[in-house]
Amino acid sequence: MAKTIMIDGLSIPFEEGQTIMQAATDAGVYIPHLCHHPEFSPHGSCKLCTVKVNGRNCSACTFPAMEGQEVINNAKDLNADRQKITQMLFVEGNHFCPSCEKTGNCQLQAVAYHLNMLDDHFPLFYQHREMDASHADLLIDHNRCIFCTLCVRASHEHDGKEVFAISGRGINKHLIVNSESGLLKDTNISAMDKAAHICPTGAILIKHTAYQVPIGERIYDHQQIDQVSLNSEQVDHDK
Amino acid sequence: MQTFIEDLITKNNYQATHLLAVLRAVQTQYHHIPKAAIEQIATLFLIPRTQIIGVIEFYSFFHLTPRGQYELLISDSITDHMLGKHEMTAYIEQKLNVKLGEVRTDGLVSFDNTSCTGLCDQGPAALINGYALPHLTHAKIDQMADLINQQLPVSDWPKVLFDVKDNVIKSSLLLAHPIQPGEALHTAFKRGLKETLKEIDMSGLRGRGGAGFKTATKWQYCSEEKTDEHIVVCNADEGEPGTFKDRVLLNAYAHHVFEGMTLCAAIIGAKKGFLYLRGEYLHLYDQLNAILADRLKLGLLGQHILGADVDFDIEICLGAGAYICGEESALIESLEGKMGIPRNRPPYPVTQGYLGKPTVVNNVETFMAAAKIAVNGGEWFAAMGTEKSKGTKILSICGDCDNPGIYEVAFGASIQSILDDCGAKDVLGIQIGGPSGTFISNTELARKIAFEDLATGGSFIIFNNTRNILDIVNNFTHFFAHESCGFCTPCRVGTSLLKNQLDKIVNGHGSAGDVVALEELCQLVKTQSHCGLGQTAANPILTTLERYPELYQAKLKKISYEPGFDLDAALETARRMANRDDAATHLTQVEEG
Repeated sequence: MAKTIMIDGLSIPFEEGQTIMQAATDAGVYIPHLCHHPEFSPHGSCKLCTVKVNGRNCSACTFPAMEGQEVINNAKDLNADRQKITQMLFVEGNHFCPSCEKTGNCQLQAVAYHLNMLDDHFPLFYQHREMDASHADLLIDHNRCIFCTLCVRASHEHDGKEVFAISGRGINKHLIVNSESGLLKDTNISAMDKAAHICPTGAILIKHTAYQVPIGERIYDHQQIDQVSLNSEQVDHDK
Repeated sequence: MQTFIEDLITKNNYQATHLLAVLRAVQTQYHHIPKAAIEQIATLFLIPRTQIIGVIEFYSFFHLTPRGQYELLISDSITDHMLGKHEMTAYIEQKLNVKLGEVRTDGLVSFDNTSCTGLCDQGPAALINGYALPHLTHAKIDQMADLINQQLPVSDWPKVLFDVKDNVIKSSLLLAHPIQPGEALHTAFKRGLKETLKEIDMSGLRGRGGAGFKTATKWQYCSEEKTDEHIVVCNADEGEPGTFKDRVLLNAYAHHVFEGMTLCAAIIGAKKGFLYLRGEYLHLYDQLNAILADRLKLGLLGQHILGADVDFDIEICLGAGAYICGEESALIESLEGKMGIPRNRPPYPVTQGYLGKPTVVNNVETFMAAAKIAVNGGEWFAAMGTEKSKGTKILSICGDCDNPGIYEVAFGASIQSILDDCGAKDVLGIQIGGPSGTFISNTELARKIAFEDLATGGSFIIFNNTRNILDIVNNFTHFFAHESCGFCTPCRVGTSLLKNQLDKIVNGHGSAGDVVALEELCQLVKTQSHCGLGQTAANPILTTLERYPELYQAKLKKISYEPGFDLDAALETARRMANRDDAATHLTQVEEG
């Protein structure tokens, strides 16, 4: 008999060592997330994947699945909190979806749609953030960074480099790059790196490719993020 | 500089875990961390420069841009405010000719705020190049101004300026009848280590940091991990505003604390221990190292302690201004030379702590209690206190009372009895356990200090009826926003939103829905945050909103909505550019109705 956990009343099998997120994804249950990516070690910072495990809030992406757990995922109060956390990410940075070239391919935007986010709710911070357009093939727009650290992990774990890091404390957190000048052009990143393509928002973009896919034909224009996410991440798990 | 850093790195054995120690030395020498230093440290430690920049920007005491040769920091704790911090700040600005938050143009002095310095019983307090300056007065500031203008090194300043008092006022189990160095270890070895752990179990001792996990259970779990590389960590990063008991314990009872750590090491099988000392207690660093050297000479540290098959050494690591490092897993990250970001759990430190090794992290007071229990037995300790909270609790009492200082009270003591002890009159309320604890009003004085009622790490701040509750809450809320590590969204963004929302209300810009919005935000930050900091950051607002809702309501404007955006202020740039300031260039926010 395979070991199982219960998620929203469904019995979900899991293998020893899997997190709740991994077990759920394999079983076709979507748990909203932004900082989680199946190819990289979990981070647990965005807090969108918070589920109730035996009554206690836990991050599904880091919490190990254990026999007998009762997990609540798709519940009204949890989704309301997830919506507010997403709104926090929107007001913290400067996100102008209509003029962002990532629109329609952006996971932050897609999660917001999925959670039925209709406004910012919180007052905006209007933080002053710079752009780094120094690199010939890549662009960093710090206005859109949500500190998920996917670029940090992809560079370290997949590319074998240390191009990115998150620096600072609290609301002053910011993405930095590993070069003496502090500019992306002086790092050893290449447009072929995983780290260049992993950003869930429009903070790291590949130059000269904008609008090659027109608006209306982009990933989340026709599918919700839950379906897209399950389709791609189940494959990743099977690798 | 090149040789200075080479020597530093050699002294630190090329161990990148010592990054904080290296950066502290560079900051002290150059009053910032120069770019060239970052490059050199990265090369010699074989770590990416981004890790170094991350650490510099994380800890308040490190800077990328030059500070003054004299770095003056004034404590921004509410207790310092109550003792005249604002007035002292104004006087310093005038005397030293430097504005708060700035470096003087000649580069000689910089002046800024810092979070609570742990001198709440003798404030207003400050730090000069890291060293504690208690009880600021106009005369002392005059003297400091002279010393700075003469450019006399801080090490040559009169000792009287740095005279930190212990103020131990009430002693009980722990503070009365000190034990002799080695006494606890002798007794434990004689009785047997397993039996000694049983005594600690029987004593009912629970962690004194506030969370209250049973100490014997923690030691037992850690000892069961199969490895010969266990670690003992003493958490002396007491950053909770209003707390200063560890400062006193480490000044007057350091042998007890080290003895407790060594006892723990013997029981769990650890060879390596750390005392993580908050940077604000730099003034204790040399004397603590001297005590460690004495203990080594006495055979109470090092190899074959007291002839037994126990080897143990203790290293003192200094923090660098980050409240979050009081959280045990953030503290471990900091010990590893990283930013103090709390880890995901599981795994817990008892299975995977420092460098992945099973680690016991306990409070200063817990180790001291364990040492005394080893000598006097579990029953001696358990005879005091309540059913669920055995023994005594050492409180740091400050604020509005006649005799601020250290009070050791039996668990179960009523708040009223404590107020009587310290001479508090006309009490409005008490902040128990610091900002992350609970604010109680003067109608709750029959409540008790105990894990089952009012749990506390030791902070006990008394406010009399002349104090304004919203000022207190505002100070605490700003503190949390400043100290949030920024790892998780709810705390990183939420604590700053709380700060802004509370400012809006306190400054008289709130309208009908704003208190409701504030409370909703509090609940979100409390339930969704990653660690204890975020989970308790809303407590000052929640506990006062529950008791004094009318105070918040009274601040609200009688209009249904006031935007968070100031239209008129936003036009200021346009007015300047147009060189106009007539009525037509101003906008009214919302018509008052």
